[in-house]
Amino acid sequence: MIVFRQIGAVVLKDLLVELRSPTRLSSLFFYAFALLLMVAFASSTTDVMRRQAGGVLWIGLLLASTRSFDQSFQAEHDEGALEGLVLWPVRPVALYYGKALANALSVSVVALALLPLLIALYDVNMRGDVGQLVLGVVLGAGALAAPGTLLAGITSQARGASALLPLLLFPTVVPAVLAASRVTTLVMEGDPMGQASAWLGVVGALNLIHWTASGLLFRWVVEDA
Amino acid sequence: MKFAWEHVVGALGLVLFAVGQYQGLFVSPAEREMGDVARILYVHVPSAWLALVAFTCAFVAAAGTLFTGRKGFDALLEASSEVGVASGVLLMITGALFARPTWGVFWSWDARLTTTAILVLTFFGVVVLRSLVPDPDKRATWSAVVTIFAAINVPITYYSVDWWRSIHQMRSDAEAMSGSIRSVLMLNALAFLLLGTWLIAQRYRLARAHARAEEPLPLPREEAAS
Repeated sequence: MIVFRQIGAVVLKDLLVELRSPTRLSSLFFYAFALLLMVAFASSTTDVMRRQAGGVLWIGLLLASTRSFDQSFQAEHDEGALEGLVLWPVRPVALYYGKALANALSVSVVALALLPLLIALYDVNMRGDVGQLVLGVVLGAGALAAPGTLLAGITSQARGASALLPLLLFPTVVPAVLAASRVTTLVMEGDPMGQASAWLGVVGALNLIHWTASGLLFRWVVEDA
Repeated sequence: MKFAWEHVVGALGLVLFAVGQYQGLFVSPAEREMGDVARILYVHVPSAWLALVAFTCAFVAAAGTLFTGRKGFDALLEASSEVGVASGVLLMITGALFARPTWGVFWSWDARLTTTAILVLTFFGVVVLRSLVPDPDKRATWSAVVTIFAAINVPITYYSVDWWRSIHQMRSDAEAMSGSIRSVLMLNALAFLLLGTWLIAQRYRLARAHARAEEPLPLPREEAAS
């Protein structure tokens, strides 16, 4: 039970840090929002915009969250807080799941805040189930945050972290981003063949793999911190 | 200087490669549907198998590094991930050359092609990560963690043609090929495997020598005593 209490404490710690100085959350939001605007300006017709809305949302979230994951560990290293947490002792598995859950929550909140803007700016006619859309966004955010937190834990300690994290993270999360953007597009454009639930299954399976593998591997990342 | 066993393997691989490629280009019959274009399969398929073998080897080395901490596993990880990436790049180049006349495009976002590109890119990330971490212990641990994560894609890539049926053909079984094509393919696969083993073994020795050079020199006797 102590692991769950520790996970809860780490989540609360990260959220509290974010609430006191919400620079990370706001930069995550504005980065992704700027990308939505740029693609909208570059699109030739409203019809093209509507069709690419789901993909644009997830590209924005992917690019913005990479920076956010990096920052979540940078703060720990700047103040020596990571060593303090490990010595406290917080179990590495609790530290990982706490930070990853806080990251997943941040990405989910930003994605849900961007959705109404996306629908308005891209003139999307919502034809599918809103519940499926929200579930797709939350699962997609989870599939981004799980490997993102593990890999940011490594790259934040390495030289050239800002270039290295995208190099490691992007290929790893491409299947999840593809599946999540398919869910978003299918729900927005209409899903006559009922494919959205199958893609949700793919995102769910990727979540299961990423959260399990990352949780098991994280102890080696902080042991060497 | 001691003669390294892998040179025998490499020489044998080189001979088999020359014979295999000659057979593939001039002796083996043209494929029934695709004609002479299909001869590129004698490079494309063996390079795919070699890449998967090398990445699996890197995964085993990564697990060995994390659970035993032995430096030999780290050197094996370095060697096999680099050979895997090189073989994967060859696989994608020959695949693109093969796709243009048969599918009409150099690249299609089919499940097998996408998962292969992801697999090669993640292992390329491992190679870059290793070059950016100067501390040998951290380099070994972190690259092992990322390798295990990357290796999740190995079975996904292998079974992708069965799970998502698309433009790439499914895995062929031995009965699906004519005997002459199968024997030449197997000869080339063996040649690639032997050449890959030679490359991995040579790269392993280089990585071990590099690791020894990185170790701090022993202190002079007076300083050590004080």
